[in-house]
Amino acid sequence: MQRDFDKPTVVKIEKVIEETPTVRTLVFSDEVLANVLPGQFAMVWIPGVNELPMSVMASLEKEKAAFTVRKHGAASTALYGIKVGEYIGVRGPYGNSFSIKQGKLLLVGGGTGLVPLIRLLTFLKKTDEVTVLMGAKTKGEVFFEKMANHILENNKHQVIAVTEDGSYGKAGLVTDVMERLLSETKFDAVYTCGPEKMMHKVIQLASEKKIPCQASLERMMKCGMGICGSCCVEEVLVCRDGTVFDSEYLLSNKEFGYTHRNKAGILENY
Amino acid sequence: MKPGISTQVGAIKLERPTMLASGILGISLDVFARLYKEGAGALVTKSLSKEPWEGYANPTLIGVKAGYLNAVGLSNPGAPYFAKMISSNKTIPIIVSLVGSVEEDFTFMIKQFENVKILGYELNLSCPHVAKVGLEVGDDSELVHKIVKSVKSHSKVPVIAKVGLGSSDYLETVRVACEAGIDAITAINTVRAMAIDVETARPILSNKIGGLSGPAIKPIAVRCVYEISSKFDIPIIGCGGVSSWEDAIEFILAGSSAVQIGSALGDKWIGVFSEINNGISKYMEKKGFTKIKEMVGSAKRF
Repeated sequence: MQRDFDKPTVVKIEKVIEETPTVRTLVFSDEVLANVLPGQFAMVWIPGVNELPMSVMASLEKEKAAFTVRKHGAASTALYGIKVGEYIGVRGPYGNSFSIKQGKLLLVGGGTGLVPLIRLLTFLKKTDEVTVLMGAKTKGEVFFEKMANHILENNKHQVIAVTEDGSYGKAGLVTDVMERLLSETKFDAVYTCGPEKMMHKVIQLASEKKIPCQASLERMMKCGMGICGSCCVEEVLVCRDGTVFDSEYLLSNKEFGYTHRNKAGILENY
Repeated sequence: MKPGISTQVGAIKLERPTMLASGILGISLDVFARLYKEGAGALVTKSLSKEPWEGYANPTLIGVKAGYLNAVGLSNPGAPYFAKMISSNKTIPIIVSLVGSVEEDFTFMIKQFENVKILGYELNLSCPHVAKVGLEVGDDSELVHKIVKSVKSHSKVPVIAKVGLGSSDYLETVRVACEAGIDAITAINTVRAMAIDVETARPILSNKIGGLSGPAIKPIAVRCVYEISSKFDIPIIGCGGVSSWEDAIEFILAGSSAVQIGSALGDKWIGVFSEINNGISKYMEKKGFTKIKEMVGSAKRF
């Protein structure tokens, strides 16, 4: 039977990876989601609880797909609590993806915003020189460092963890480290995903140096396919026109970096 | 002579007959501006209530064969916030959809839009998945009469009633609305429906029951437009599964002066408006029509 991409397909969780005390990766078999482009997302149904937009994580096993979730609200906490053998529903994939450039590439991620960036790493050429900046508040919240190094083992690369409290890697904000790197190296492209204030700073820094830059945005979503309008940022829909946008566009957008809409559609400040 | 696709729904003049249906993408003026530029003849807002509503928990909208099933729960920022948001509007043809339980809800909301440039109101008498509003109002003909009468006496712009298939005869709702002075009818809303996942044995929508839209309901909607237009002398806007120019023409032949488009955005995205407008124009040229009006209801002569 042909798969109905807009109706949840129920899959069984096969493996749960503890990334940090609050972050887990759920692995399952699904040939559709195993092969999506970096930046694409799925709507993930936690039966009886809610449905969330989740960026599709990379899995190093063939035909396996994964989501990485941080327990935060009721729905993400329920997804985080899903055990091996339990079911979730997935529909999608939805959205566009990062345009893959070549050369010296800089990826700047914060928290679970690293998910589409790690997936992006698996699409890069072996000739690319790749720098990954991973922002976290503290040592215990750093994850994906090993996986990034593993994916990039045949590339010239560096993976730099940055913690705000200085308990691990470099100390400070990921954007401070980025600023220093930009003054030393001429990058060919910058990719970012994470907290919106962070991404806003990243695209500003990249555009000052005239480096092509793309960001993957997050918004409250209901339908995920361009119908309900919940995820609009000015005139664009994150689910349908994004999630990935070019920095030139984002810098001209009056909402990006400042406001987002709540469930009723009312603008709230970041 | 090159055909013109401008149309008129009672006193409402539209440059193009393809409107954005209520509930779809309708929460920001910037999105309205974009869709207008893409070819929509008018933009109907999400149904607004007195207070902001968050709507239901997800899943609120899923695909089913030949359409979508939704129970979004009428999430909206509330009429006062929305009126302020679109207060700078000068050129975009906006129709404000309103939802409420009693006359006072509607008159309160109309007050908010007194100084805002809008084309008209569409009263949601047919949402199939929220208690005490929508279809539950539409099914109560006495209440419909009171609401329409009161809205008509307060509104300076035309008022449309959107009807759907509830537990009472929708033609009775139309009759009562016409009697109370309604200016036009939109037919139809989504049709009450549900989907159950077989693996988990659970209803998929968080509200369990929702409304079915898209190609699956188009023949039902065409039938309703045809029936309304056969029985009443009232301008009609056809709504339900319009996704091609042929669908739009079919609704016009059944008796509607314009159509609303919603679910088709899922497949065709925002290019759907110009695609349908162009198709209508070509059809008219081929058939020798110069105005939409010449085609409205012409299937009734057989």
